[in-house]
Amino acid sequence: MSRQMTGAEMIVEALKDQGVDTIFGYPGGAVLPIYDALFHQNKVRHVLVRHEQGAGHAAEGYARSTGKVGVLLVTSGPGATNAVTALTDALMDSIPLVCITGQVPTHLIGSDAFQECDTVGITRHCTKHNYLVKRIEDLPRILHEAFYVASSGRPGPVVIDVPKDVQFATGAYHFARNIQHKTYQPQLKGDRARIKHAVAMMAAAKKPIFYTGGGVINSGSAASTLLRELVKLTGFPITSTLMGLGAYPAPDPQWVGMLGMHGTYEANNAMHDCDLMIAVGARFDDRITGRLDAFSPGSKKIHIDIDPSSINKNVKVDLGIVGDCAHVLEDMVTLWRSESMVADKAALASWWKQIDKWRARKSLGFQNSKETIKPQYAIQRLYELTKDRKTYITTEVGQHQMWAAQHYHFKEPNRWMTSGGLGTMGYGLPAAIGAQMAHPDALVVDVAGEASILMNIQELSTAVQFRCPVKIFILNNEYMGMVRQWQELLHGGRYSQSYSEALPDFVKLAEAYGAHGIRCSDPAKLDDAIKEMIDHPGVVIFDCLVDKAENCLPMIPSGKAHNDMILPDEIDDIGSVIDDKGKMLV
Amino acid sequence: MNAAIPTPAFPPSPYSSAIGKSNVESHTLSVLVDNEPGVLARVVGLFSGRGYNIESLTVAEVAHGEHLSRITIVTSGTPEVIEQITHQLERIVPIHKVIDLSLTKRSIERELAMVKVRGTGEARVEALRLAEAFRAKVIDATTESFIFELTGATAKIDDFVELMRPLGLVEVSRTGVAAISRGPEPI
Repeated sequence: MSRQMTGAEMIVEALKDQGVDTIFGYPGGAVLPIYDALFHQNKVRHVLVRHEQGAGHAAEGYARSTGKVGVLLVTSGPGATNAVTALTDALMDSIPLVCITGQVPTHLIGSDAFQECDTVGITRHCTKHNYLVKRIEDLPRILHEAFYVASSGRPGPVVIDVPKDVQFATGAYHFARNIQHKTYQPQLKGDRARIKHAVAMMAAAKKPIFYTGGGVINSGSAASTLLRELVKLTGFPITSTLMGLGAYPAPDPQWVGMLGMHGTYEANNAMHDCDLMIAVGARFDDRITGRLDAFSPGSKKIHIDIDPSSINKNVKVDLGIVGDCAHVLEDMVTLWRSESMVADKAALASWWKQIDKWRARKSLGFQNSKETIKPQYAIQRLYELTKDRKTYITTEVGQHQMWAAQHYHFKEPNRWMTSGGLGTMGYGLPAAIGAQMAHPDALVVDVAGEASILMNIQELSTAVQFRCPVKIFILNNEYMGMVRQWQELLHGGRYSQSYSEALPDFVKLAEAYGAHGIRCSDPAKLDDAIKEMIDHPGVVIFDCLVDKAENCLPMIPSGKAHNDMILPDEIDDIGSVIDDKGKMLV
Repeated sequence: MNAAIPTPAFPPSPYSSAIGKSNVESHTLSVLVDNEPGVLARVVGLFSGRGYNIESLTVAEVAHGEHLSRITIVTSGTPEVIEQITHQLERIVPIHKVIDLSLTKRSIERELAMVKVRGTGEARVEALRLAEAFRAKVIDATTESFIFELTGATAKIDDFVELMRPLGLVEVSRTGVAAISRGPEPI
């Protein structure tokens, strides 16, 4: 069935048909018709951000916390270019977004018109796919195709650039629920013979480990449930990447913690010494592998991924299975049961004994203090005081992000939103707003640093306007902490430009925006202060003054292998551990 | 290495080429794409963005009704890199199919070149004689120059151009490689 309407009306209609209830955006000359169409309805709620980057991250937070496609609407030129960082962030972390950008009218394209930029050219490298809609006839198909492309296969951001004359033009709108895309049809089911072989490899393994990533979260809650089932069935240890936290409950004894550069001693050593690695929806990123030629040298590797290009990209594997995590895990669970597979119990017992030895090193340990708040302690208290609620955690990027990943223990998927691949400072506050819009009754906390939070601090105004009671928990050490740490590691403690000079008074800043400010510097008063933050019904900035010199440990220094970690209780001179070759790496 | 874990009989990746050696090889990829605006930019941008080589590139629409274009790319890299290039290309939404013709071992590659040679006397006669031997056609002539049209595999054209160099080679225009698989089946 088709109806006549304008391009702008089609866009709003398509959003409704796609089940979109909330979009994030900022108006401008080239999207005025769309804003007018939004004005005439009340099904799609528009959240006015204060900067287009914020709209992108808010849409990411919305998407990551719901599993739905996040939508942002921005104007041409600067509106589009401001969204580029968020689009790149979503591409790196495989977050489904649809970004609608306005464009100058078709007859002005290429004339360097006011607020014109080559949006499809600029965003070609930072989107999964993008469209410039030159004819109204193409608009309905492209709108729905964009949602399909963004959410199918390995998810990612899609840009639809709509010239203003196309927004005004009238045409026939149609919507078909099931899209048969002529070229893009990702493979969901894994190859049966390969899965069968994988299960046989698992049954024969003596020192196995599951290594799971963000793909399990993207695959939906069924994937997490199946993963838990398979891990329990086999009795294998499991570790997750930064993006994969929450797919498996962290308090469970089979969980050995996060792996990688700031992962636990037991997770990294188990990865190094294992004889079988089962990678599920993870992509062997450099933050995970450390030195590639020393990465898990003695193991056979199985890699399950929906993106064929992820397999054998960084690390050669022995068995690649292309498919959606949930489908493949389901087949694995079924096969394990129906073929009555059993793991090598005796071998596993001695493997667990070894892992427990590593675990006994307590690599996340730190020297607590009665005088100053240790950042790790602050996260531990935040966890203890929020763990029994429905809590969503977002972060900015840096030391605080790693401390949150290490010390906040996630039990459910979709509760943890962080910028993993791109490492975007300024991600956390808008992402928290996005998550809070989707879950109005939940507690949403942005664990932040004092430097990162200033990168998108303007979104505080958005949070206040939309009564989005996010809690901004700043671990304030007056340094760009991770930069400072690396300068200590690599550059003789010459802290070039990493001190946060001229910081605002965050309590007064909160008040200036109409939010509530809390400051705490006393470990003894921390619990009460965190409770005050939780109990406050509105937006809170919590300025938590922490130890200024604390380093984020343990750490695999750049250029080193998994079994070559710096442990907090072993290191005297952190400036001597990285060799010249390692200094070249990031 | 634990010998008890069975080694898969499959190639490591479902699409993979033989992995093991890591010498740089030249491969010819045939890529079928929707002929829509920007599709070539996507392909070329992938190569520049990820640091792959392009040795030659040809593009033309091959089915007007369906708006299908065929891109032939000659690239070089280790087998691992070539496999990665293939998969990265397959991720591009308007791409229908990517075939590594060098893996099929049964493909034909041709290039067309136009070669301008200037000279008089013995050199001119020699150029014409060689052109005949290479089955090149004269498509333009003046009293002091020829333009030869030559079709063949890349190596043949390279050879011809080298022979023309001392005989007064002025300039060369080449199409780059077009390739197709042998036998009755499409790619």
